[in-house]
Amino acid sequence: MSGIIELRNISKHFGSVIGIDHVDLSVEDGEFLTLLGPSGCGKSTLLRMIGGFEEPTTGSIFLSGQDVTDLPPQKRDVNMMFQDYALFPHMTVGQNIAYGLKMKGVGKADALQKAKAALELVGLPDKIDQMPHQMSGGQRQRIALARAIVREPKVLLLDEPLSALDANLREQMQVELKHIHDKLGITFIMVTHDQREALVMSDRVIVMERGRIAQDGSPQDLYEHPKTTYVANFIGTTNFMPARITARNGIETHLEIAGQSLLARYDRVPDTENIQIGIRPEKAHILDAESTTKSNVLVGRVAEHIYHGSSLRTTIKLTDGIEFHIDAMLPLGMARADVSGIGAEVRIGIEPENVFLFEREG
Amino acid sequence: MMSQAFFARHAGKLVLGIPILWIILFMLVPYGVLLTYSFWLKKYPLFVPAFQFGNYWTLLSDPQYIKVLLRTLKIAALVSAASLLLAYPFAYYLVFRLKNTTMRLILFMAVIAPLWISYLLRAYVWKTILGTEGILNSFLMSIGMIDEPSGIFLYNQFAMVLTLTYIFIPFMVMPIYTALEKIPPSFSEASADLGMSDFQTFLKVTLPLSMPGVVAGFTMTFCLSFGDFIAPFLVGGPDGQMVANVMASQFGSALNWPLGSALAVVMLIIVLSIISLSDWFEQSGKVEL
Repeated sequence: MSGIIELRNISKHFGSVIGIDHVDLSVEDGEFLTLLGPSGCGKSTLLRMIGGFEEPTTGSIFLSGQDVTDLPPQKRDVNMMFQDYALFPHMTVGQNIAYGLKMKGVGKADALQKAKAALELVGLPDKIDQMPHQMSGGQRQRIALARAIVREPKVLLLDEPLSALDANLREQMQVELKHIHDKLGITFIMVTHDQREALVMSDRVIVMERGRIAQDGSPQDLYEHPKTTYVANFIGTTNFMPARITARNGIETHLEIAGQSLLARYDRVPDTENIQIGIRPEKAHILDAESTTKSNVLVGRVAEHIYHGSSLRTTIKLTDGIEFHIDAMLPLGMARADVSGIGAEVRIGIEPENVFLFEREG
Repeated sequence: MMSQAFFARHAGKLVLGIPILWIILFMLVPYGVLLTYSFWLKKYPLFVPAFQFGNYWTLLSDPQYIKVLLRTLKIAALVSAASLLLAYPFAYYLVFRLKNTTMRLILFMAVIAPLWISYLLRAYVWKTILGTEGILNSFLMSIGMIDEPSGIFLYNQFAMVLTLTYIFIPFMVMPIYTALEKIPPSFSEASADLGMSDFQTFLKVTLPLSMPGVVAGFTMTFCLSFGDFIAPFLVGGPDGQMVANVMASQFGSALNWPLGSALAVVMLIIVLSIISLSDWFEQSGKVEL
């Protein structure tokens, strides 16, 4: 038993619906773990089970070696930050934060001190006597965080903590939450449906799909080595194309795509001949007209340019009507006139390492 | 002849005019008449216009009026308390414990449905239950607890409190149910997460947040019971008279309209004070959910 949280063979059935399907998971002490997936994938249920708000149908939950499966939330040394923050509207900010300290046997003066320290940590030192409804959304979020960490739990659970904030504030809070995590050194388990949030904040991301773990890895790992089209699709953008394996040579795989050939060097090679490949739009580039390289290029015609500010997305039509998107950063001073005209034939250069190979689904 | 343009321009005034006229004619004028009468003198067989406080003085100095007033306040308080003690756990159960939403709706409607039945009938039902020939007596006799019909159930204050509680309890359940339903489920989860037991959570979170519903329910049941006339009449018996009954007799058999009017004014003042008090209470304790 190594992890601070161990989930063993957890399943959860809601009537005939299976919410969680045989999940095993070990969470390391001090890590920032994110459960990522679309709504209904079971990520919130899993988090709520760790918090004690849902009981698993089968399986056990261990918190630092102790079986807590049947313990109520009160008896678990974890705290949750709720999606709607759940701040008690009839109590001041200070009373909200000190609320959970009484049951820990913390004295009044001590509780006040701790509440102040927690507010300091989240950057709201002067709000202790205000009421929650006087606070902005971002401030409420911080207060909810302070209330959850003031009890010094072993694990902090965060249920979509940033979903109620507007885009600017969210980006700022992502970094700030990460800093608070580093400062406290306790384990954070967050649930989100926002892949960017997951990539920015986490040490490790668990991508969930219909009650199961689709992939478990570091943000880089998930981005650079997705196991399935589901993961590649959920994290970042990917050009998917059907392909056929023409030759295998260890991890070097020769492919045929829409009549063109391509080499891939990917650590997971499906057994079937007909597969699906994926290429990130920013991991391919349009070759200069002067370039003479013949290896690993796909040829197509420019169909459209879309201006994204810092980058330009070019849609290229391969034969067979397959659309291929390329994102190119726009360097300083580059005008839109410099890019290839619509209808021009271009060659797309692709490194073999940047071709994902997937099994073809249904 | 009035043109269409005239109607178009003055439609708003006409629409508003009728209810305003109604209120003036059937509410403000009677209040004025009542207030005026309360200062008049009774000179048998007539009432003489005057401006004096003799009627109010009678109400304050004659112990029988004070006694009735206190009794009425007591009955109203008992009815409100009994309704609260029954309605709160029921509403709490419906909102927080009952998972089946169909069942919740059915039980809630079961409380509300009697409001569609005549008030008189609902009060009369208790006469049938509690009377010497009533269901309660025949039941107790059939199980052998008593040998002959007992008269102790009917025509006393207990019967009044019982009947009025039965009649007015929906007015307690509705606001409490609404107040509890507004409390997000995450609040009790957060409280449990922070180490509080279910009972502590109830005391510190659920109860304070449902107070507006409790106050509203208490105000309604109290004021409705306070002015009740039927229950004392049907199940109250000789010492069960309430203010409304005394007032009615002043306008009827006693033929003392000035005194009756003064009593009505006092009643009005009491009820209005309670309503303002509850309003103030609700405003001061108001929190945004």
